[in-house]
Amino acid sequence: MNGLIQPGGLWVYCEQGPDGIRPVVFELLGQATRLAAAMKCAVTGVLLGGTGSQASDLAQAGADTVLCVEDASLVAADELRHTGELAALVQQYRPAALLLGATAFGRSLAPRLAARLGTGLTADCTQLDIDPETGLLLQTRPAFGGNLMATIVCPNGRPQMATVRPRVFTAPRRDPSRACRIVTERSAATGSPIELLGRVTLGAEAAIGDADVLVAVGQGIGSAENIALAERLAKKLGGALAASRPMVDSGLVPYVRQVGQTGKTVSPRLYIALGISGAIQHMAGVAAQTIVAVNTDPDAPIFQYAHYAVRCDCGAFLREMLDRIEEGE
Amino acid sequence: MKILVCVKQVPASNETRLDPVTHTIIREGAEAVLNPFDAFAVEEAVRIKSRCGGSVTAISMGIPAAAAMLRRVIAVGADEAILLTDRAFAGADTLATARTLARAVEKAGLPDLILCGRMATDGDTAQVGPMLAENLGIPHVSDVAAIESVDDSVLVARRLTDDGYARVRVRLPALVTVLREINVPRLPSVSGVLRGEACGVTVWDRAALGLDPAETGLKGSATRVVRTMRPDLSVQTVAIGGRPGEQAARLIECLRARKLIETEGRA
Ligand SMILES: Cc1cc2nc3c(=O)[nH]c(=O)nc-3n(C[C@H](O)[C@H](O)[C@H](O)COP(=O)(O)OP(=O)(O)OC[C@H]3O[C@@H](n4cnc5c(N)ncnc54)[C@H](O)[C@@H]3O)c2cc1C
Ligand SMILES: Nc1ncnc2c1ncn2[C@@H]1O[C@H](COP(=O)(O)O)[C@@H](O)[C@H]1O
Repeated sequence: MNGLIQPGGLWVYCEQGPDGIRPVVFELLGQATRLAAAMKCAVTGVLLGGTGSQASDLAQAGADTVLCVEDASLVAADELRHTGELAALVQQYRPAALLLGATAFGRSLAPRLAARLGTGLTADCTQLDIDPETGLLLQTRPAFGGNLMATIVCPNGRPQMATVRPRVFTAPRRDPSRACRIVTERSAATGSPIELLGRVTLGAEAAIGDADVLVAVGQGIGSAENIALAERLAKKLGGALAASRPMVDSGLVPYVRQVGQTGKTVSPRLYIALGISGAIQHMAGVAAQTIVAVNTDPDAPIFQYAHYAVRCDCGAFLREMLDRIEEGE
Repeated sequence: MKILVCVKQVPASNETRLDPVTHTIIREGAEAVLNPFDAFAVEEAVRIKSRCGGSVTAISMGIPAAAAMLRRVIAVGADEAILLTDRAFAGADTLATARTLARAVEKAGLPDLILCGRMATDGDTAQVGPMLAENLGIPHVSDVAAIESVDDSVLVARRLTDDGYARVRVRLPALVTVLREINVPRLPSVSGVLRGEACGVTVWDRAALGLDPAETGLKGSATRVVRTMRPDLSVQTVAIGGRPGEQAARLIECLRARKLIETEGRA
């Protein structure tokens, strides 16, 4: 056992994507520093398939220690291999809690790992706290398509495991003076029954989960021409096009752009909803800082969620917006 | 090819009613349906069976009334159904659910392929599939948008990832969780409905599965819900009135003031 990592610590799984460590990891480290202060423990970032040179980034965002398994083949997103590596590390170092990003891969890996360790897991948390009396991690998440918030604890299983939605928390300001210790472990180097045959990376504009601005269209959009205008507005604002489910069902917009309970959860800074009624299943996927609703019906439920309510026809609104924004170029 | 589909009964609507005293969800009187995602898993199972031969077994852990849902799954092409029901299963979290399902799968005989929905719409966790695969010691592929090919020993799938799609090949037996874009479920035929009515549903309780009471339901769960509340949806809404041109101008002004947009141009 390496003396640098004490049992009872708070761990953050440092998932890597094609462009390096995923942004959600830094958001988690920010939360972890806050929680670790209450737990009176240290923060460890676990980096599978990474190198020590990536550690300084993690340190500047709050990691006290980076636990690194230096095996380049682990960069591949393989649930079985990552479960094996993480389970071995957890059994060796006994952390009190483990946070993972609720990315597609994180949400596939975390339940597998929790089942192997026989511990509890709370998916898609939007809030984390420490209970001052019990010291337990209070994990709050939406359920029933966002109709209800539930706070969940894991009294006995360890580590207490939670996945956290990307962009729910903001990444901490980097502190360049912070350094961390690096602990390197050898990989178990097991094979995997899953083989990657190929990838299709969708254009950045289709990655609605990462967009700062989303212009979303619903059944009130009126015409395919207006969808094209909405996409043009999205691009002008540096964002992407999104849609409600009926637009996807009718084949007008591809599924990767669907927002909602059965689509993606998005957390842009700005969400402009055009001709969307605001059904609970749609709003379950919208965790935006600012919502603009454009709708002709004054009683549309979307107005209850909107910071800016624009009672207007979508087509007219789009043309006026584009007119003004494009004139400035 | 032996295929098993995991199906769950969920409330038809997400509009929850809360007991004002206990803060728990009132389930009585709420209409229950097959979890929408599981309909895609059932359809995919039936399609694979029609290509490769074999059998489709549907399995569900739930209240006795879930037998009716299982009959409807038979009506659209499953061959048989197993219902796991026992008071001792109540209040299970995903860990206890997956443990109970795993024991039942072992009792029924490990199939070549297990299909699950991506998630259940009541809990939205998407955890039971991968947990079940782990308990059975088989690999899983989640968020599958298409099964490109499958035979007795390997399956090739297209899965949705954070960056697009990935094509993966997995050795069977394996578990796959499916997205709604995988297929369009068929409607039951009259003969199917009649077969569902005539077909018996196998019922197993805790004792039949040889599980200890401490391993199932609330007792067997690692997590506890300590508080539920209605989310605070109240926001300060600013109404932007006027003719469309004025509305666009005012909105651009507001968004610029909040540093939400940076474009130039006349407001
Ligand atoms: C289990 C389940 C899961 C679901 N998952 C999702 C999901 O993931 N995502 C999702 O989006 N939905 C989902 N739904 C569907 C959801 O319940 C709604 O049916 C859907 O969101 C409605 O889409 P909409 O707002 O585009 O259409 P509508 O509800 O038809 O709303 C159209 C709106 O446009 C307005 N309008 C009409 N004309 C104009 C105009 N000219 N200018 C401006 N406004 C206009 C209307 O006033 C209306 O408010 C799900 C449903 C179920 C049961
Ligand atoms: N009680 C259950 N009985 C059978 N299958 C279930 C049950 N709960 C969950 N599942 C399966 O696991 C999937 C994911 O469920 P969940 O983890 O609850 O979101 C569902 O789509 C079902 O295929």
